[in-house]
Amino acid sequence: MHLSRIFTLRNLLSVLVFGVFAISAASARAFSPQDEQAGHEAHQEQKGVQEEEKFDAASAIMHHISDAHEWHIIGDVAIYLPVILYGEDGLKLFSSAHFYHNPREITWAADGREKTETWYEYDGFALFHEKIYQLDENGTLRLDEAGHPLNARPLDFSITKNVASMFLSVVALLLIFLAVAKGYKKRRGKAPKGLQSALEPIVLFIRDDIAIPNIGHQYGRFMPFLLTVFFFIWINNVLGMIPFFPGGANVSGNIAFTFVMGTVTFLITTFNGNKNYWKHIFAPEVPVWLYPIMIPVEIISVFSKPFALIIRLFANITAGHIVILSLVSLIFIFKTIAVSPVSIAFVLFMNVLELLVGFLQAYIFTLLSALFIGMAIAEHAEH
Amino acid sequence: MDIVTPEIGMVFWTTVAFVLLLFILGKYAWKPIMAALREREQSIEDALLAAEKAKEEMVKLNNESERLIKEARAERDQILKEAKATREAIVSEAKQQAQVEGARLIAKAKEEINTQKAAALAEVKNQVALLSLEIAEKVIGKQFEDRNKQENLVTDLLENMKLN
Repeated sequence: MHLSRIFTLRNLLSVLVFGVFAISAASARAFSPQDEQAGHEAHQEQKGVQEEEKFDAASAIMHHISDAHEWHIIGDVAIYLPVILYGEDGLKLFSSAHFYHNPREITWAADGREKTETWYEYDGFALFHEKIYQLDENGTLRLDEAGHPLNARPLDFSITKNVASMFLSVVALLLIFLAVAKGYKKRRGKAPKGLQSALEPIVLFIRDDIAIPNIGHQYGRFMPFLLTVFFFIWINNVLGMIPFFPGGANVSGNIAFTFVMGTVTFLITTFNGNKNYWKHIFAPEVPVWLYPIMIPVEIISVFSKPFALIIRLFANITAGHIVILSLVSLIFIFKTIAVSPVSIAFVLFMNVLELLVGFLQAYIFTLLSALFIGMAIAEHAEH
Repeated sequence: MDIVTPEIGMVFWTTVAFVLLLFILGKYAWKPIMAALREREQSIEDALLAAEKAKEEMVKLNNESERLIKEARAERDQILKEAKATREAIVSEAKQQAQVEGARLIAKAKEEINTQKAAALAEVKNQVALLSLEIAEKVIGKQFEDRNKQENLVTDLLENMKLN
């Protein structure tokens, strides 16, 4: 694998330039979550866990990196997103405001202690820890001893915070690249300008350093996929780093998102695989007595490749978010503002690092997708 | 764990978003962008090739013109040489002709002189004859008058004639 290329990014400069602009936004993040989190957590702590004094960093962080049915802006201001359910009663569509305006409390015993948590009810459905459950015939939510609901779940096609953020990134990508494409039509054959010249090195980078070396002369067919994957992942990584409203969602750190991306790569690889690729899997050039070992291994590798893609992107982005949130949580764990300079310094450092990771992960995902495609369509099997 | 369990809703909407993005960008952004990039690269390559070709052409033209200049110089030298030779030839021929003409004129003059001399001699002879006749007449006439005188006269006459 061309691992060395990861570190010799020719066009990293343009990314760093972009990074300088993003830092101003990113540094704001260091301050914003404090207020936001402070308000939010205090709110949650008072209503939720009985011991108000103790700050539960793990659940606060999990809450922040998980999906939600509302888009919290600041304080008590939030955008209530539409809930779309497909359950026993067919399709249901309503605003999540109905849930959040209808809180209920549930008490359950954990380790011999009573624990009270908030859930929300509307129209026979319960919203518990941002997951929707169907209420049972008595209209109640039942929990097991670990605090997990026993109720059935309807199919939840809600426009959640992640979905809304993702649509935002789709709109942004469309606006950006349709404008760029227009630029190419307007200045036909001339030097690029503005946005066009900012993005052209990246497009060329994907073509010349990712697609052509890994796929070969058939690269043209896969360019739309590679470009779309790269920019879609990248913009979501960057949007995820913005701490306040237009960003803040953990889209590319969501397993469902990376699952779809990895699956697309898997489908493209599988459907474009030529006879060399399949021969390599089902009739590798090894002694026949090794087939019982080789064939299962090869079949596993077919699935493990996209699986690695899925886990890598998910873990990298989620880990980055967790580290930053942990650093901010230090302030609340120590219950003193004196820790904030340390937290802010580390968060700033992490933000800059995450900016690099955000680009790098998009690049690696694209590079490995190109590599897998290249292996599947190679004319001569590699040995 | 909740965070490693894909939610059906997110899977569904991500698929929708990605397919939509792939379709729209593929048709209205990537296609024209890639085509434009290819076109521009092609035109740059063409321009470079053309420049290279022009350079070669230039060198060729330079060589050609140098060769032409050399040839022209050689030709000029040749012409000059020929002209010199011609001039010399003409001059020497003219000299020769002049000599021949001169000789011819001299010969003609000599001939003329000889003719004239012959004519003059013939005239002189005629005159002498006439004079002789005259003298003879006179002598004969005087002889009869005075012999001495006659003789003196003849002598005189003869002397005069010699002077002629």
